[in-house]
Amino acid sequence: MNRIYEYSVFIIIALVIFAGIVLPIPDIPALGDKARVLYFHVPMSWISVVAFTMSLWYAVRYLRTKNIDYDIKSFSASQLGFLFCILATATGSLWAKFNWGSFWNWDPRQTSIFILLMIYGAYFALRSAIDSEEQKARLSSVYAIVAGITMPFFIFIMPRLVETLHPDPIINNSGKINMDTSMLIIFLTSLLGFTMLFFWVLNMKTRLEFIKYKISSNSD
Amino acid sequence: MKSRFLNNVKLVFLKDIRSELRTRYVINSLLMFVLVTISIIRFAIGDEKLEDELLTGLLWIAVFFSASGGLSRTFVKEEEKETSAALKLTAGPAEIFTGKLLFNLVLTFVLNFFILVLFILITGYTIKNPGLFMVVMSLGNIGLVAASTIIAAIISKANSKGTLYPVLSFPVLLPLLLTVINATKLASAGIDTKEIAGEFLILVSYNAVVVTVSLMLFPFVWED
Repeated sequence: MNRIYEYSVFIIIALVIFAGIVLPIPDIPALGDKARVLYFHVPMSWISVVAFTMSLWYAVRYLRTKNIDYDIKSFSASQLGFLFCILATATGSLWAKFNWGSFWNWDPRQTSIFILLMIYGAYFALRSAIDSEEQKARLSSVYAIVAGITMPFFIFIMPRLVETLHPDPIINNSGKINMDTSMLIIFLTSLLGFTMLFFWVLNMKTRLEFIKYKISSNSD
Repeated sequence: MKSRFLNNVKLVFLKDIRSELRTRYVINSLLMFVLVTISIIRFAIGDEKLEDELLTGLLWIAVFFSASGGLSRTFVKEEEKETSAALKLTAGPAEIFTGKLLFNLVLTFVLNFFILVLFILITGYTIKNPGLFMVVMSLGNIGLVAASTIIAAIISKANSKGTLYPVLSFPVLLPLLLTVINATKLASAGIDTKEIAGEFLILVSYNAVVVTVSLMLFPFVWED
Protein backbone atom coordinates (compact mmCIF):
# COMPACT_ATOMS: atom_id res chain seq x y z
CA MET A 1 0.00 0.00 0.00
CA ASN A 2 2.72 2.40 1.04
CA ARG A 3 4.81 1.58 -2.04
CA ILE A 4 1.84 2.17 -4.32
CA TYR A 5 1.31 5.57 -2.73
CA GLU A 6 4.94 6.55 -3.14
CA TYR A 7 5.08 5.48 -6.75
CA SER A 8 1.87 7.25 -7.61
CA VAL A 9 3.16 10.48 -6.06
CA PHE A 10 6.26 10.14 -8.23
CA ILE A 11 4.29 9.44 -11.38
CA ILE A 12 1.75 12.22 -10.83
CA ILE A 13 4.37 14.86 -10.12
CA ALA A 14 6.54 13.75 -13.03
CA LEU A 15 3.50 14.00 -15.31
CA VAL A 16 2.60 17.43 -13.97
CA ILE A 17 6.11 18.76 -14.46
CA PHE A 18 6.18 17.43 -18.02
CA ALA A 19 2.68 18.63 -18.88
CA GLY A 20 3.13 21.96 -17.14
CA ILE A 21 6.31 22.83 -18.97
CA VAL A 22 5.93 21.16 -22.35
CA LEU A 23 2.26 20.98 -23.29
CA PRO A 24 0.85 24.00 -25.14
CA ILE A 25 -1.07 26.47 -23.05
CA PRO A 26 -4.12 28.41 -24.26
CA ASP A 27 -3.52 32.06 -24.94
CA ILE A 28 -4.28 34.20 -21.89
CA PRO A 29 -4.14 37.98 -22.33
CA ALA A 30 -1.15 39.62 -20.59
CA LEU A 31 0.03 36.31 -19.17
CA GLY A 32 0.88 33.94 -22.01
CA ASP A 33 3.46 31.33 -21.12
CA LYS A 34 3.97 32.97 -17.76
CA ALA A 35 0.65 31.45 -16.68
CA ARG A 36 2.42 28.10 -16.40
CA VAL A 37 3.60 29.11 -12.95
CA LEU A 38 0.11 28.52 -11.64
CA TYR A 39 0.60 24.74 -11.91
CA PHE A 40 3.31 25.01 -9.27
CA HIS A 41 2.70 28.25 -7.41
CA VAL A 42 -0.96 27.70 -6.52
CA PRO A 43 -0.47 24.19 -5.06
CA MET A 44 2.46 25.49 -2.95
CA SER A 45 0.35 28.34 -1.54
CA TRP A 46 -2.56 25.98 -1.00
CA ILE A 47 -0.37 23.55 0.95
CA SER A 48 1.21 26.25 3.07
CA VAL A 49 -2.28 27.31 4.15
CA VAL A 50 -3.39 23.71 4.72
CA ALA A 51 -0.26 23.02 6.77
CA PHE A 52 -0.80 26.11 8.88
CA THR A 53 -4.43 25.18 9.50
CA MET A 54 -3.39 21.65 10.46
CA SER A 55 -0.74 22.99 12.78
CA LEU A 56 -3.37 25.21 14.37
CA TRP A 57 -5.82 22.36 14.70
CA TYR A 58 -3.23 20.14 16.40
CA ALA A 59 -2.24 23.04 18.66
CA VAL A 60 -5.85 23.26 19.86
CA ARG A 61 -5.98 19.48 20.30
CA TYR A 62 -2.76 19.59 22.29
CA LEU A 63 -4.06 22.22 24.68
CA ARG A 64 -7.24 20.22 25.21
CA THR A 65 -5.63 16.81 25.78
CA LYS A 66 -2.03 17.64 26.81
CA ASN A 67 -0.99 14.69 24.68
CA ILE A 68 2.53 15.41 23.37
CA ASP A 69 1.80 13.51 20.11
CA TYR A 70 -0.38 16.39 18.98
CA ASP A 71 2.39 18.88 19.57
CA ILE A 72 4.78 16.77 17.53
CA LYS A 73 2.22 16.69 14.72
CA SER A 74 1.66 20.43 15.00
CA PHE A 75 5.38 21.13 14.86
CA SER A 76 5.96 18.80 11.89
CA ALA A 77 3.08 20.34 9.94
CA SER A 78 4.38 23.83 10.56
CA GLN A 79 7.92 22.92 9.52
CA LEU A 80 6.71 21.53 6.23
CA GLY A 81 4.28 24.39 5.83
CA PHE A 82 7.17 26.80 6.20
CA LEU A 83 9.05 25.03 3.42
CA PHE A 84 6.06 25.22 1.08
CA CYS A 85 5.48 28.82 2.10
CA ILE A 86 9.02 29.67 1.01
CA LEU A 87 8.47 27.81 -2.27
CA ALA A 88 5.22 29.70 -2.87
CA THR A 89 6.95 33.00 -2.16
CA ALA A 90 9.84 32.14 -4.46
CA THR A 91 7.69 30.97 -7.37
CA GLY A 92 5.37 33.95 -6.94
CA SER A 93 8.23 36.36 -6.75
CA LEU A 94 9.86 34.96 -9.89
CA TRP A 95 6.60 35.35 -11.72
CA ALA A 96 6.21 38.89 -10.39
CA LYS A 97 9.63 39.78 -11.79
CA PHE A 98 8.52 38.90 -15.29
CA ASN A 99 4.96 40.13 -15.06
CA TRP A 100 5.14 43.16 -12.78
CA GLY A 101 8.78 44.06 -13.33
CA SER A 102 10.19 43.53 -9.86
CA PHE A 103 10.63 40.61 -7.51
CA TRP A 104 8.94 42.31 -4.62
CA ASN A 105 6.54 45.23 -4.69
CA TRP A 106 4.32 44.79 -1.62
CA ASP A 107 1.24 43.70 -3.47
CA PRO A 108 -1.41 42.71 -0.87
CA ARG A 109 -0.81 39.04 -1.73
CA GLN A 110 2.90 39.44 -1.17
CA THR A 111 2.26 41.21 2.09
CA SER A 112 0.00 38.43 3.35
CA ILE A 113 2.46 35.69 2.50
CA PHE A 114 5.18 37.77 4.11
CA ILE A 115 3.12 37.85 7.32
CA LEU A 116 2.62 34.08 7.12
CA LEU A 117 6.39 33.65 6.84
CA MET A 118 6.86 35.99 9.80
CA ILE A 119 4.42 33.99 11.90
CA TYR A 120 6.20 30.74 11.08
CA GLY A 121 9.54 32.39 11.87
CA ALA A 122 8.30 33.74 15.19
CA TYR A 123 6.85 30.34 16.08
CA PHE A 124 10.20 28.61 15.48
CA ALA A 125 12.08 31.34 17.35
CA LEU A 126 9.76 30.87 20.31
CA ARG A 127 10.19 27.09 20.26
CA SER A 128 13.96 27.32 20.24
CA ALA A 129 13.91 29.75 23.17
CA ILE A 130 12.21 27.32 25.58
CA ASP A 131 14.02 24.37 27.13
CA SER A 132 11.31 22.27 28.73
CA GLU A 133 9.48 20.08 26.18
CA GLU A 134 6.16 20.45 27.90
CA GLN A 135 6.39 24.21 28.21
CA LYS A 136 7.60 24.49 24.64
CA ALA A 137 4.54 22.61 23.45
CA ARG A 138 2.16 24.66 25.57
CA LEU A 139 3.49 28.14 24.79
CA SER A 140 4.04 27.56 21.09
CA SER A 141 0.51 26.18 20.77
CA VAL A 142 -0.86 29.29 22.43
CA TYR A 143 1.19 31.49 20.13
CA ALA A 144 0.10 29.60 17.03
CA ILE A 145 -3.53 30.12 18.01
CA VAL A 146 -3.13 33.83 18.79
CA ALA A 147 -1.31 34.41 15.51
CA GLY A 148 -3.71 32.25 13.54
CA ILE A 149 -6.75 34.02 14.90
CA THR A 150 -5.54 37.49 13.87
CA MET A 151 -4.50 36.35 10.39
CA PRO A 152 -8.03 36.42 8.85
CA PHE A 153 -8.24 40.17 9.51
CA PHE A 154 -5.99 40.69 6.51
CA ILE A 155 -8.79 39.51 4.26
CA PHE A 156 -10.76 42.59 5.31
CA ILE A 157 -7.90 45.02 5.76
CA MET A 158 -5.85 44.51 2.62
CA PRO A 159 -8.50 45.45 0.04
CA ARG A 160 -9.07 48.75 1.90
CA LEU A 161 -5.44 49.78 1.55
CA VAL A 162 -4.30 48.88 -1.95
CA GLU A 163 -5.74 47.22 -5.01
CA THR A 164 -4.14 43.88 -5.76
CA LEU A 165 -2.72 43.15 -9.18
CA HIS A 166 -2.70 39.45 -8.46
CA PRO A 167 -4.68 37.40 -10.99
CA ASP A 168 -8.05 36.21 -9.80
CA PRO A 169 -7.91 33.37 -7.33
CA ILE A 170 -8.85 30.02 -8.83
CA ILE A 171 -12.16 30.17 -7.07
CA ASN A 172 -12.97 33.84 -7.39
CA ASN A 173 -15.65 36.02 -5.92
CA SER A 174 -18.24 35.03 -8.48
CA GLY A 175 -17.59 31.37 -7.67
CA LYS A 176 -16.77 30.47 -11.27
CA ILE A 177 -13.65 28.75 -12.48
CA ASN A 178 -12.20 30.69 -15.39
CA MET A 179 -9.90 28.08 -16.74
CA ASP A 180 -9.52 26.15 -19.92
CA THR A 181 -10.41 22.45 -19.50
CA SER A 182 -6.96 21.15 -20.40
CA MET A 183 -5.35 23.63 -18.03
CA LEU A 184 -7.83 22.73 -15.34
CA ILE A 185 -6.97 19.04 -15.64
CA ILE A 186 -3.24 19.69 -15.32
CA PHE A 187 -3.85 22.09 -12.46
CA LEU A 188 -6.06 19.72 -10.50
CA THR A 189 -3.60 16.85 -11.06
CA SER A 190 -0.83 19.08 -9.79
CA LEU A 191 -2.87 20.02 -6.75
CA LEU A 192 -3.52 16.36 -6.04
CA GLY A 193 0.12 15.39 -6.63
CA PHE A 194 1.59 18.05 -4.38
CA THR A 195 -1.01 17.48 -1.67
CA MET A 196 -0.16 13.76 -1.73
CA LEU A 197 3.54 14.63 -1.60
CA PHE A 198 2.88 16.88 1.37
CA PHE A 199 1.06 14.19 3.34
CA TRP A 200 3.70 11.59 2.50
CA VAL A 201 6.57 13.80 3.71
CA LEU A 202 4.50 14.91 6.68
CA ASN A 203 4.03 11.32 7.72
CA MET A 204 7.79 10.67 7.59
CA LYS A 205 8.56 13.96 9.32
CA THR A 206 6.13 13.22 12.15
CA ARG A 207 7.63 9.78 12.71
CA LEU A 208 11.12 11.26 12.71
CA GLU A 209 10.17 13.97 15.23
CA PHE A 210 8.52 11.33 17.37
CA ILE A 211 11.68 9.22 17.44
CA LYS A 212 13.74 12.32 18.26
CA TYR A 213 11.42 13.07 21.14
CA LYS A 214 11.63 9.48 22.44
CA ILE A 215 15.42 9.54 22.34
CA SER A 216 15.72 12.90 24.07
CA SER A 217 13.23 11.96 26.79
CA ASN A 218 14.98 8.62 27.38
CA SER A 219 18.41 10.17 27.75
CA ASP A 220 17.22 12.48 30.53
CA MET B 1 -18.80 35.04 42.87
CA LYS B 2 -18.86 37.87 40.42
CA SER B 3 -17.89 40.48 42.97
CA ARG B 4 -15.00 38.29 44.08
CA PHE B 5 -13.71 38.23 40.54
CA LEU B 6 -13.88 42.00 40.29
CA ASN B 7 -12.33 42.37 43.70
CA ASN B 8 -9.36 40.20 42.76
CA VAL B 9 -8.93 42.03 39.48
CA LYS B 10 -8.85 45.25 41.45
CA LEU B 11 -6.27 43.83 43.85
CA VAL B 12 -3.94 42.71 41.06
CA PHE B 13 -4.36 46.06 39.35
CA LEU B 14 -3.69 48.05 42.54
CA LYS B 15 -0.70 45.86 43.38
CA ASP B 16 0.88 46.67 40.03
CA ILE B 17 0.12 50.37 40.37
CA ARG B 18 1.59 50.40 43.85
CA SER B 19 4.76 48.54 42.94
CA GLU B 20 5.16 50.80 39.91
CA LEU B 21 4.75 53.94 42.02
CA ARG B 22 7.32 52.63 44.50
CA THR B 23 10.06 52.00 41.96
CA ARG B 24 8.86 54.17 39.05
CA TYR B 25 11.06 51.91 36.97
CA VAL B 26 8.85 51.54 33.92
CA ILE B 27 7.32 54.98 33.80
CA ASN B 28 10.62 56.82 34.27
CA SER B 29 12.52 54.89 31.67
CA LEU B 30 9.60 55.02 29.26
CA LEU B 31 9.15 58.76 29.57
CA MET B 32 12.82 59.17 28.80
CA PHE B 33 12.42 56.78 25.89
CA VAL B 34 9.55 58.88 24.54
CA LEU B 35 11.58 62.04 24.93
CA VAL B 36 14.53 60.49 23.11
CA THR B 37 12.37 59.12 20.30
CA ILE B 38 10.60 62.39 19.69
CA SER B 39 13.86 64.34 19.83
CA ILE B 40 15.29 62.02 17.22
CA ILE B 41 12.25 62.59 15.05
CA ARG B 42 12.68 66.33 15.52
CA PHE B 43 16.37 66.25 14.60
CA ALA B 44 15.71 63.95 11.67
CA ILE B 45 13.13 66.22 10.09
CA GLY B 46 14.87 69.45 11.06
CA ASP B 47 12.92 72.61 10.40
CA GLU B 48 10.99 71.10 7.59
CA LYS B 49 7.24 70.93 7.86
CA LEU B 50 6.28 67.37 7.08
CA GLU B 51 2.92 66.39 5.70
CA ASP B 52 0.47 65.12 8.27
CA GLU B 53 0.32 61.75 6.53
CA LEU B 54 4.00 61.15 7.19
CA LEU B 55 3.71 62.50 10.72
CA THR B 56 0.96 59.98 11.51
CA GLY B 57 3.32 57.19 10.59
CA LEU B 58 6.06 58.66 12.79
CA LEU B 59 3.58 59.09 15.64
CA TRP B 60 2.64 55.43 15.49
CA ILE B 61 6.28 54.38 15.37
CA ALA B 62 6.82 56.28 18.61
CA VAL B 63 3.66 54.77 20.15
CA PHE B 64 4.47 51.21 19.07
CA PHE B 65 8.05 51.15 20.30
CA SER B 66 7.48 52.92 23.58
CA ALA B 67 4.47 50.71 24.33
CA SER B 68 6.41 47.56 23.50
CA GLY B 69 9.17 48.66 25.84
CA GLY B 70 6.76 48.94 28.73
CA LEU B 71 4.24 46.23 27.99
CA SER B 72 6.74 43.43 27.50
CA ARG B 73 7.81 43.87 31.13
CA THR B 74 4.47 43.00 32.79
CA PHE B 75 5.01 39.31 33.30
CA VAL B 76 8.77 39.25 32.98
CA LYS B 77 9.07 41.25 36.18
CA GLU B 78 7.00 38.66 38.08
CA GLU B 79 9.37 35.94 36.90
CA GLU B 80 12.51 37.96 37.64
CA LYS B 81 11.45 38.88 41.15
CA GLU B 82 10.10 35.36 41.66
CA THR B 83 6.73 36.65 42.74
CA SER B 84 4.72 34.67 40.21
CA ALA B 85 4.12 31.76 42.60
CA ALA B 86 2.65 34.09 45.21
CA LEU B 87 0.51 35.72 42.57
CA LYS B 88 -0.73 32.30 41.46
CA LEU B 89 -1.84 31.52 45.00
CA THR B 90 -3.81 34.70 45.46
CA ALA B 91 -5.81 34.96 42.28
CA GLY B 92 -7.10 32.91 39.36
CA PRO B 93 -5.61 33.23 35.87
CA ALA B 94 -8.51 35.23 34.43
CA GLU B 95 -8.34 37.69 37.33
CA ILE B 96 -4.60 38.13 36.97
CA PHE B 97 -4.84 38.61 33.25
CA THR B 98 -7.62 41.19 33.53
CA GLY B 99 -5.78 43.05 36.27
CA LYS B 100 -2.58 43.16 34.25
CA LEU B 101 -4.51 44.22 31.16
CA LEU B 102 -6.04 47.15 33.04
CA PHE B 103 -2.68 48.17 34.43
CA ASN B 104 -1.15 48.07 30.96
CA LEU B 105 -4.04 50.10 29.60
CA VAL B 106 -3.50 52.81 32.19
CA LEU B 107 0.23 52.74 31.51
CA THR B 108 -0.16 53.13 27.74
CA PHE B 109 -2.81 55.81 28.04
CA VAL B 110 -0.59 57.90 30.31
CA LEU B 111 2.33 57.29 28.01
CA ASN B 112 0.42 58.13 24.85
CA PHE B 113 -0.86 61.32 26.38
CA PHE B 114 2.73 62.45 26.80
CA ILE B 115 3.71 61.25 23.35
CA LEU B 116 0.84 63.11 21.75
CA VAL B 117 1.43 66.37 23.61
CA LEU B 118 5.17 66.33 22.89
CA PHE B 119 4.60 65.27 19.32
CA ILE B 120 2.16 68.08 18.60
CA LEU B 121 4.40 70.64 20.29
CA ILE B 122 7.54 69.59 18.48
CA THR B 123 6.40 68.67 14.99
CA GLY B 124 3.36 70.92 14.59
CA TYR B 125 1.06 67.99 13.86
CA THR B 126 -2.49 69.16 13.23
CA ILE B 127 -5.60 67.17 14.07
CA LYS B 128 -8.65 68.32 12.17
CA ASN B 129 -11.17 65.98 13.82
CA PRO B 130 -10.00 65.69 17.45
CA GLY B 131 -12.99 63.70 18.72
CA LEU B 132 -12.64 61.01 16.10
CA PHE B 133 -8.87 61.06 16.48
CA MET B 134 -9.15 60.33 20.20
CA VAL B 135 -11.56 57.46 19.63
CA VAL B 136 -9.30 55.92 16.98
CA MET B 137 -6.21 56.30 19.16
CA SER B 138 -8.01 54.73 22.12
CA LEU B 139 -9.23 51.77 20.08
CA GLY B 140 -5.74 51.30 18.70
CA ASN B 141 -4.29 51.42 22.19
CA ILE B 142 -6.70 48.84 23.53
CA GLY B 143 -5.78 46.44 20.73
CA LEU B 144 -2.08 47.10 21.20
CA VAL B 145 -2.35 46.40 24.92
CA ALA B 146 -4.53 43.31 24.52
CA ALA B 147 -2.20 41.59 22.05
CA SER B 148 0.93 42.68 23.90
CA THR B 149 -0.26 41.37 27.24
CA ILE B 150 -0.73 37.77 26.09
CA ILE B 151 2.58 37.86 24.21
CA ALA B 152 4.31 39.32 27.26
CA ALA B 153 2.93 36.37 29.22
CA ILE B 154 4.29 33.90 26.65
CA ILE B 155 7.78 35.38 26.54
CA SER B 156 8.07 35.58 30.33
CA LYS B 157 8.62 31.80 30.31
CA ALA B 158 11.15 31.79 27.46
CA ASN B 159 14.89 32.37 27.49
CA SER B 160 15.71 35.38 25.35
CA LYS B 161 12.86 37.59 26.49
CA GLY B 162 13.95 40.98 25.17
CA THR B 163 14.62 39.99 21.59
CA LEU B 164 11.71 37.61 21.36
CA TYR B 165 9.04 40.20 22.11
CA PRO B 166 9.18 42.26 18.89
CA VAL B 167 9.53 39.07 16.84
CA LEU B 168 6.38 37.53 18.30
CA SER B 169 4.28 40.67 18.53
CA PHE B 170 4.84 42.04 15.05
CA PRO B 171 2.79 39.56 13.00
CA VAL B 172 -0.01 39.61 15.56
CA LEU B 173 -0.12 43.40 15.75
CA LEU B 174 0.25 44.10 12.05
CA PRO B 175 -3.46 43.92 11.14
CA LEU B 176 -4.18 46.35 13.97
CA LEU B 177 -1.35 48.71 13.08
CA LEU B 178 -2.23 48.85 9.38
CA THR B 179 -5.84 49.69 10.19
CA VAL B 180 -5.18 52.13 12.97
CA ILE B 181 -2.50 54.06 11.09
CA ASN B 182 -4.84 54.42 8.17
CA ALA B 183 -7.72 55.51 10.44
CA THR B 184 -5.52 57.97 12.34
CA LYS B 185 -4.37 59.46 9.07
CA LEU B 186 -7.95 59.97 7.95
CA ALA B 187 -9.04 61.36 11.33
CA SER B 188 -6.19 63.86 11.47
CA ALA B 189 -7.04 64.93 7.93
CA GLY B 190 -10.53 65.74 9.23
CA ILE B 191 -12.61 63.08 7.56
CA ASP B 192 -16.24 62.57 8.51
CA THR B 193 -16.89 59.95 11.19
CA LYS B 194 -19.12 57.71 9.11
CA GLU B 195 -16.57 57.37 6.33
CA ILE B 196 -14.28 55.23 8.43
CA ALA B 197 -17.01 52.96 9.76
CA GLY B 198 -15.21 50.01 8.17
CA GLU B 199 -12.01 50.75 10.07
CA PHE B 200 -14.04 51.05 13.26
CA LEU B 201 -15.60 47.68 12.70
CA ILE B 202 -12.19 46.08 12.14
CA LEU B 203 -10.68 47.73 15.22
CA VAL B 204 -13.57 46.82 17.51
CA SER B 205 -13.73 43.21 16.30
CA TYR B 206 -9.93 42.85 16.49
CA ASN B 207 -10.03 44.03 20.10
CA ALA B 208 -12.92 41.74 20.98
CA VAL B 209 -11.29 38.72 19.33
CA VAL B 210 -7.88 39.26 20.88
CA VAL B 211 -9.21 39.89 24.39
CA THR B 212 -11.47 36.83 24.25
CA VAL B 213 -8.77 34.53 22.88
CA SER B 214 -6.25 35.84 25.40
CA LEU B 215 -8.61 35.21 28.30
CA MET B 216 -9.23 31.68 27.04
CA LEU B 217 -5.56 30.87 26.45
CA PHE B 218 -3.95 32.65 29.37
CA PRO B 219 -4.57 29.78 31.85
CA PHE B 220 -2.41 27.52 29.62
CA VAL B 221 0.43 30.02 29.64
CA TRP B 222 0.19 30.68 33.33
CA GLU B 223 0.10 27.13 34.69
CA ASP B 224 3.34 25.29 35.45
